[in-house]
Amino acid sequence: MTILLARQVSVALGDTQALQGVSLAVRPGWTAIVGPNGAGKSTLLRVFAGLQRIDAGEVQLNGRPLAQWPVRERAMAMAWLAQQGEASGELTVREVVHLGRLPRLGLFSTPTEQDEARVDQAMADAECTAWQQRRLHELSGGERQRVLLARALAVGAALLLLDEPTTHLDPPHQVALVRLVQRQVRAGTTVVSVLHDLSLALRADHLVVMDQGRICAEGPRDDPALHSALVEVFAGAIRIRRIDSHWLAMAHLED
Amino acid sequence: MSEIDCQRRQRLAIGLLLITLLLAVAGLAAGSEGWSLVSLAQTWSGPDGALIIGQIRAPRTLGAWLTGALLGLAGATAQGLFRNPLADPYLLGSASGASLGVVLVLAASVLGGHAISPATADAIARLGLVSAAFAGALLGVLLTLTLARGAQQTTRLLLAGVVVGMVLSALSDLVTSAAPDALRGKQAFLLGSTGFLGWSSCVALAIGLAITLPLNWRMARALDALTLGVESAHSLGLALPRVRLALVAALALATGLAVSQAGLIAFVGLVSPHLVRRFAPAPHGFTLVASAATGGTLLLMADVLARTLIAPQEVPVGTLTALLGGGYLIWLLHRRRGS
Repeated sequence: MTILLARQVSVALGDTQALQGVSLAVRPGWTAIVGPNGAGKSTLLRVFAGLQRIDAGEVQLNGRPLAQWPVRERAMAMAWLAQQGEASGELTVREVVHLGRLPRLGLFSTPTEQDEARVDQAMADAECTAWQQRRLHELSGGERQRVLLARALAVGAALLLLDEPTTHLDPPHQVALVRLVQRQVRAGTTVVSVLHDLSLALRADHLVVMDQGRICAEGPRDDPALHSALVEVFAGAIRIRRIDSHWLAMAHLED
Repeated sequence: MSEIDCQRRQRLAIGLLLITLLLAVAGLAAGSEGWSLVSLAQTWSGPDGALIIGQIRAPRTLGAWLTGALLGLAGATAQGLFRNPLADPYLLGSASGASLGVVLVLAASVLGGHAISPATADAIARLGLVSAAFAGALLGVLLTLTLARGAQQTTRLLLAGVVVGMVLSALSDLVTSAAPDALRGKQAFLLGSTGFLGWSSCVALAIGLAITLPLNWRMARALDALTLGVESAHSLGLALPRVRLALVAALALATGLAVSQAGLIAFVGLVSPHLVRRFAPAPHGFTLVASAATGGTLLLMADVLARTLIAPQEVPVGTLTALLGGGYLIWLLHRRRGS
């Protein structure tokens, strides 16, 4: 079953061709998009989220062209976490997470007990319940990132698009995030994430390797061809090793 | 909502209510000899008491509060919409548009039969200053929207507002250079005044507030979502162009009404949301309503001061709000630099 489908998608950002005829089918599970800086990973995720206009090609969500989805329906179907989560204003953590219910509530409906329960659950999952009454500008970058993640979880969408969700997170919270994503996937949510940390990405069910606006390789995390493609796009600066039952990407520092 | 936040909001609401009530009494008592409760009682029991208090001071007091409330609401809306705490309600060209409208009417009476035909001059003059200012303010915002090709992009909207403001101001200067007698009227408009507010003004202002306050309040969640960034707000299912257009329309109505009735009142729209956020930080649902109440209180305070500081003469109320508001912002800047 294909959840998201990109067919021959091209995007130009100014003079730069950010995506060049990209085709990708996202299936249930956790898909991680990796690649060097400027590879087009975030642009592809923004295309999936309906936030980036495409110059050519087609994008489908659950078999229906993305452009045909009413904005609110689409927002209920997929939640998006931005790469550099902005947050200004005077909202408390709980109020920010509550915004995740906006697609269901719209501008005028009153939140129900179910909405409040969903907000509580999202904050508990992202481990930010303790400071729910603090304001966003009082938090560190990592804490803020967890709040914004909770906001995305509060949508309760079947598809989560996470652009660099581990930004600002310390190692214990990076691990917690991976576990959270795995729990979400077990519960039936499809997750697509852009990740810079290759060792974390190698925990995903399926990896997509991008470079220069194109998909170079894709496949399950154990696929040797995928590992070779990864080493190649990072110009041999990494090595991939299996330690215990996990794949790890390590910087290759020897000459 | 935490208990502290709840207490802060309650304190602000009660404080504003009490200050407003005191200022309302002061507004009724303020006359050409300054103000005192004794003189209020004397005036009330005097032969012209009903006229002076009922027809002059009461509508002026209420009108000043309503004008300030519209500006406070517009300021909070503009700052939320443009995600900029320095956004001013006039930045979409309403002030320069209103100014041009006023100047055109004033110039028409001078130029009638000379530079323009008497019929045209008569038609313009019949508009009246208030209608001309209102129409000019709406026209200014409409031009901004046209130039920005709608309300899809806030940056484009802001730039268009600056351009329209400059062009309409230049046109206004051009008209006054052709009809120098209109200059004094324009200056009076730019200084702002609550002196001409009557019951009909109060009705117009109250209707404006009754339309814009609930409309903006209903959009508060959209403004909250915008604090997370435009793309996040979009991903939450908000039809941003429509939301922006509705808010810009409310902004145009609020500022258009305020400037047409009281001229250019500076800083009330800018400072009110700052004060609210300082005393009771909250989501936009509360900030919008509290900014309206704060704006009303501020302008009422400025009005009372304007009438009593150098009585029997009056200080232009716009000058006072500029001094008080500017002083507050300088203090805020100094305090932030210090911290």
